[in-house]
Amino acid sequence: MAQRGSIVPFAGWRRSRLLGESPLRQAVRSIGDRAVRFAEEVVGQDLDARIAGIKTHPNEVGHDPFGFDPETSRYALAVAALLHRRYFRTEVFGIDRVPRGRVLIVANHSGQLPVDAVMIASAMMLDADPPRFPRSMVETWTAELPFISTLYPRLGQVVGSPENARRLLRQEESLIVFPEGARGISKTFDQRYQLTDFGLGFVRLALETNTPIVPVAVIGGEEQYPSIADFKPLARLLRMPAFPVMPQVFFGMLAPLPTKYRLYFGDPFQFEGDPDDDDSKIEEKVWLVKSTIQSMVNRGLRERKGVFI
Amino acid sequence: MPNPHTNNRTKPTPRRAREPVRERPPARAPVARGVFGRSAQPQPREQPQRQAEPTTGTRAKPSAEGAVLVTGVCGRLGRLLARELHRTDRVVGVDRRSFDDRPKDILHHQIDMRRKKMKDIFRGRDIRAVVHLGILHDPRRSDRERHSWNIVAFQKLLDYMTQYNVPKLVVLSGANVYGPQPNNPQFLTEDAPLLGAQQFGGMRDLVELDMLAQSFFWRQADTETVILRPCHIVGRVHNAASNYLRLERPVMVMGFDPMMQVVHERDVVRAIQLALQPGVRGIFNIRGPGEMPLSHLVREAGGRPRIVPSPLARVALDQLWKLRLSSFPSEELDHLRYVCMVDGSRARTELGYEPEHSIRRVLRDVRRLRYQLA
Repeated sequence: MAQRGSIVPFAGWRRSRLLGESPLRQAVRSIGDRAVRFAEEVVGQDLDARIAGIKTHPNEVGHDPFGFDPETSRYALAVAALLHRRYFRTEVFGIDRVPRGRVLIVANHSGQLPVDAVMIASAMMLDADPPRFPRSMVETWTAELPFISTLYPRLGQVVGSPENARRLLRQEESLIVFPEGARGISKTFDQRYQLTDFGLGFVRLALETNTPIVPVAVIGGEEQYPSIADFKPLARLLRMPAFPVMPQVFFGMLAPLPTKYRLYFGDPFQFEGDPDDDDSKIEEKVWLVKSTIQSMVNRGLRERKGVFI
Repeated sequence: MPNPHTNNRTKPTPRRAREPVRERPPARAPVARGVFGRSAQPQPREQPQRQAEPTTGTRAKPSAEGAVLVTGVCGRLGRLLARELHRTDRVVGVDRRSFDDRPKDILHHQIDMRRKKMKDIFRGRDIRAVVHLGILHDPRRSDRERHSWNIVAFQKLLDYMTQYNVPKLVVLSGANVYGPQPNNPQFLTEDAPLLGAQQFGGMRDLVELDMLAQSFFWRQADTETVILRPCHIVGRVHNAASNYLRLERPVMVMGFDPMMQVVHERDVVRAIQLALQPGVRGIFNIRGPGEMPLSHLVREAGGRPRIVPSPLARVALDQLWKLRLSSFPSEELDHLRYVCMVDGSRARTELGYEPEHSIRRVLRDVRRLRYQLA
């Protein structure tokens, strides 16, 4: 190998690739480190200490079985912290109500892009004490997308399946669940802050694994990407759940509008019963959670003075 | 009446105390067969391996009655298994290939499993268990040949087993029968559906074989059927996973980096030995020492991934396959895109199986063969 390397042009470059990291990877790392340092200065918190403070469950070879990678998550946390503190200026209420150990965080879904999940996760990482690293369940079709399917597991996102959720809860992790799913996130502007139908799976899961459910109301997400219609044929063509028509994109504003986010954490529910009960019995419990979140949302909307302040 | 029997049993103790004087390895059952009397040289070489035995824990006691029939014994895994088994059991091997360097006490029949002569093997001697490793995985073979080998031959084997009341069957299936799917849970349990053939038609008969073994499990209550589904077996074996990890520049699909499990061949051999214990039945996933992203696995195996966009990889691999320059059908690219990992908790609790070879050791063995080839 060494002999062959010497007659190849750019032998030194080749050797450096053989011995260590590729230049691209090195560049990404140095940019990432700079971003983390910048975010730490702006936010005024030690992000690395926060990452180090979370509880992980590595396997025999030191990897998270679901693919969580602290190195990648560090950079993501830097971006999330900037969004959380500066761009969306998120206010968090009642985060100390989240119990230790396994927990299901159930929230309303909004805003075309899952920024609400990022805000809840960064609140748990930056504002909770000790920091918690919540996992969230993502749609199955994201596993078919290149790059996304690599990035999501590294950030601790898990493909949404009951088996995965059960396994995570058994190892005392926290899970963010949006029972509205794609119906909730792709609402048009006229239906803002009206919760759509909840799935029943999360209550069955909570009953089965004896997990407390913390209701969370997210205010501010609906106005970040106001959508005036859902272009269904194109959505079908692209195999997406919805294709929102967003006027701001036509005016060149690709980023979400800098609305002010407010997160209200409610008191945890601890349900008891048979996870294989009839739908009607499970629906009662789901309705309880849904109406709590709806009333928390309504109260939050009454209390806020404006969308951007 | 029972009293004299117990008295008789206590008598031989002084004889047992005399035994060490004879300076013979105690655990070596075939010594008494005389054929082995001469070969004193190979024994010290195998000494370190035998010292490792106590760590494997529960091990079948030397049994004078009943032989273990191993089909496909000339594959790398079959040879390893035969070498481990012949110390405690009588081993009968069946394969089309010849088993030249076999230990002398292994009886090898170089026949085709589909032939009538197979029945004579069952008729002639007392078979205690059948380990079915003779499964054709080679994607280059025609569908017809694969079917006749994997399904027809296996059906005949099951018929003979019913006819001669063989009490144990161990089938080596694989985690591939679940198939890599984007909507797979991170860890597949034994009751997950077998969707391996959904995207890749070449897997059809392997799924069918697994199903056949399952139906045999329910139909033949007298026979203890064990189906083992290990994740990618690597080491010195020649299979898709090992060949892939041996490549200098293995292809990875751009934007995909699924979590992977690999298991060392010797761990699989040990799982088969555990499955041969009386009383064990059912389906068991066999996992390896921890799971890691594919890119890490490739790098630790000493390769540098060649990253190719998915459509390009598919087209290129199809062409290379057609020109016989590659041994990977393009459908196997799904293994490089989606997770197909197994949950080994049942094997841990019911079989007492725990992977022993670390990931470093596993990858070292993969690499070693690469350098030998070079």
